[in-house]
Amino acid sequence: MKHSVKEDRGSVIVAFAGEVDLEHSPQAREVLLEQVGRRRRVLVDLSEVDYIDSSGIASLVEAFQKAKKTGTGFALAAPNPAALRVLELARLDRVFRIFATVEEGLDAGS
Amino acid sequence: MAGPDGAAPLELRFPARPDELRGMRDALRQRLRAWRLDEECATDVVMAVDEACQNVIRHAYRGEPDGFIELEVRCAGDELQIAVRDFAPPVDPARIRPRPLDELRPGGLGTHLIRSAMDHTELGKPPSGPGNLLKMVKRLARRGADGT
Repeated sequence: MKHSVKEDRGSVIVAFAGEVDLEHSPQAREVLLEQVGRRRRVLVDLSEVDYIDSSGIASLVEAFQKAKKTGTGFALAAPNPAALRVLELARLDRVFRIFATVEEGLDAGS
Repeated sequence: MAGPDGAAPLELRFPARPDELRGMRDALRQRLRAWRLDEECATDVVMAVDEACQNVIRHAYRGEPDGFIELEVRCAGDELQIAVRDFAPPVDPARIRPRPLDELRPGGLGTHLIRSAMDHTELGKPPSGPGNLLKMVKRLARRGADGT
């Protein structure tokens, strides 16, 4: 798993790439919590994520909850069908704001 | 070339560690492709097997790095029969419950995902020796011969 952080239109874009699995989710969790802690809106770009498991989803949930407590915006963008399937099975597609593309996610936040 | 039903099962034995799961998933994906499983169905199978192995790593071996997992995936007629075996102390099946999903918290999703993705799951003892045996069944949807 790789990740990058950049800013655009007032949002922090945290982009993950590869497999967010049990081996890598602690790293994803750390990155997400750190960025949410900056109290800037966070948009998680999932477009390059090939696989995400329950531990990766748990990192998203934890970051989402932290963001909610501090009134910080938090949204997901561009999950592939496999990632979306996991979010749907976990019934989190109704909890997270999910945008089809990063562009849409940025426009909605600006 | 052997048809999918007659194809040899996938048999893997690997250390019960997080860094072993990617290799397992790759081998499994490759075999499911050879068996011409529908993409969505294959996604579900890979996810369920991965989550089952995670449960073994985290809850049966409790993160202890010396344990092993044995995985067998067999394509039999219109179903996939999956067995995930460990050598850890027995886990009480009654204690393995998915949590209610309306409670939004980070952990405990794995068992729910497994049950949602599989048609049947059963945790019990292996026929011989120590450990636990999780049997799962997935009814198959296959891609057509043209790959659609």
